[in-house]
Amino acid sequence: MKEFFKSKKNIFNFVMLVFFGWLLFISYTSSKRKPDNVGELLKFDWLQSWPKWLDLPLMAWINDAFKKLNENYGWIFEAINNFLLAMLVALKNFLILAPWPLVILGVVVIAYFASGRKIGTTVFVGFCTFFIGFLHPIFWQKAIETTAIMLISIFLCTIVGIPIGILMARSIRIRDKLLPVLDLMQTIPAFVYLIPGIMLFGLGAVPAIIATFIYAVPPLVRLTDLGIRLVDKEVIEAADAFGASKKQKLLGVQLPLALPNIMQGINQCTMMALSMVVIASMIGTRGLGDEVLLGLQQLNVGKAAEAGIAIVLLAIVLDRITQSYGETLQERSTPQNKKSK
Amino acid sequence: MAKIEIKNIYKIFGNKPQSVLPLVKQGATKEEILEQTGHTVGLDNVSLKIEEGETFVCMGLSGSGKSTLIRHLNRLIDPTDGEVLVEGHSVMSLNPEQLIDFRRHKMSMVFQRFGLFPHKTVLENVGYGLEMQGKIEEEKNKIAMEKIEAVGLNGFEHQYPNQLSGGMQQRVGLARALATNSDIMLMDEAFSALDPLIRSDMQKQLIDLQSQLKKTIVFITHDLDESLRLGDHIGILNAGKLVQVGSPVDIVMNPADAYVEAFVKDVNRAKVIKAKIIMRPANQSEGIDKADLIRVQEDQFIEEFLPKIVCKNSNCEVIDKQGNIKGYITNKELQSSLLKS
Repeated sequence: MKEFFKSKKNIFNFVMLVFFGWLLFISYTSSKRKPDNVGELLKFDWLQSWPKWLDLPLMAWINDAFKKLNENYGWIFEAINNFLLAMLVALKNFLILAPWPLVILGVVVIAYFASGRKIGTTVFVGFCTFFIGFLHPIFWQKAIETTAIMLISIFLCTIVGIPIGILMARSIRIRDKLLPVLDLMQTIPAFVYLIPGIMLFGLGAVPAIIATFIYAVPPLVRLTDLGIRLVDKEVIEAADAFGASKKQKLLGVQLPLALPNIMQGINQCTMMALSMVVIASMIGTRGLGDEVLLGLQQLNVGKAAEAGIAIVLLAIVLDRITQSYGETLQERSTPQNKKSK
Repeated sequence: MAKIEIKNIYKIFGNKPQSVLPLVKQGATKEEILEQTGHTVGLDNVSLKIEEGETFVCMGLSGSGKSTLIRHLNRLIDPTDGEVLVEGHSVMSLNPEQLIDFRRHKMSMVFQRFGLFPHKTVLENVGYGLEMQGKIEEEKNKIAMEKIEAVGLNGFEHQYPNQLSGGMQQRVGLARALATNSDIMLMDEAFSALDPLIRSDMQKQLIDLQSQLKKTIVFITHDLDESLRLGDHIGILNAGKLVQVGSPVDIVMNPADAYVEAFVKDVNRAKVIKAKIIMRPANQSEGIDKADLIRVQEDQFIEEFLPKIVCKNSNCEVIDKQGNIKGYITNKELQSSLLKS
């Protein structure tokens, strides 16, 4: 017996077994459909079909916990809500109040510099932007609302995702712990966290921002982690050999060299955020998504298609800008491509 | 006191190196360890002394542990067991801050695949060590420019590494290592990635620089000709064990075992052996035909005076710098030294 408890793995397995037994016991005692006395269990007819009392009360637990969370810590969520909403409204109003030609011009200028002064990309992006409003006048404002939600989500993703990615690249232990969490975030259906989002933050843009964040942050974290780990080992050794501290190594060598990958992550983040827009419209978020939803509800194929195309155009604009910025960065760090041109 | 002293270094790669250490110390071979425990023996009881101002060449085939060995000197790799002393101080006892300081001021390193920062210009690359030392911008650039000139790269200081050829890139690596003005330079297969002509050029440049700077250089190579050309002393590694340490002539004339013998088999001995090594001392000169003697300096390599002997078909007298006759060389000595044993 003493031998058995010497190994950490055995102790862990034993604890898990005890935990499982405890879960069974709790489920049985808290179940309302358990047999009147324990003796009935000896008939074993419950082996035929899944017995009603063998039911983990996870639902009740989560609901209770959620209720307590809402009652006791509601002010935290309210603060987050107010903060995000204020940011969103400021950004949205700024873009909506500005004359639309100016906004298009702004997008074109950003595209021009982000793409490293490529005329082709710039003109293409300009036309795409124009066509969003051109499809339907109301789309212009809706697109701006969508963009505002996305920009805020991406901002959140960046300030949270990049540091987490850096942590993962630094420590294998943290990476092992976080990878399943990222998998969970990417696979769990969006509605599962949209609904608690509504209960905590109310209907509207803020739960959409939170949902978008949960859905879009994993690729950024992964690509930041990957980007940093892919930096040439000898370059890192060189930084070490010349006495760079951890901070100097990170800011001076690892992050700049991982930047093309990180930009790719932001690009992926943007695309995933956009796909969340339609889903988020179901919880009353205003934007291009609710036009698609409206088209569906009215069985108006043309309307849904128009709105769908507008979303694709918005995606193209955002993709071209973030993507070409990443490409520009990559060219700088590997100028061999330039030579051959 | 030796500049660098390595005492009984063991390095074992794997999950639990400490548990394998006793086995290695008992004398189990690399293959046995790998088969029994899955651990790889990198270095097996290596002890070395490197004197101030000399070029120590560490030679071995790939996988012999030479790159591992050099990384112990600035603790890019920590040994499993053993000690590294630099100027009498143990490198192993340094705490992280001291280690960074040590790397900034005591040692610099040149890498096989250059290890340059692709996102920095030549000037910034060369100045990296100085930046780490905390030098101000002007001073940093001034010193960096001096070193760029010293390796003959003026005019390229604002280029990015990838715009340069391999040879030029390694000159940048060399300049970067010289710039920190550390006493010790570690060169990890520094010229192995270069083509033969450029390699020979770089070797000459290193010899010229070394004759002025008198640094302590630890040079790693798998090329015997290179080690004979550069090294004051040569250490030969085989499967993590140090097989032989000696001067180039020692290695060529008295190989310690079959492995070293195989290594030196094809070497051009005339290039390595000096006149004073093979001469018959002046006091044993009976019976030598002293008519029409050729004069050679005692430090000349056989290669340099061999053509004369062949043309004139007569014996040599060997003199020192003052012109005193030290000994004679006849066909007999030539034969015994040049013939492959």
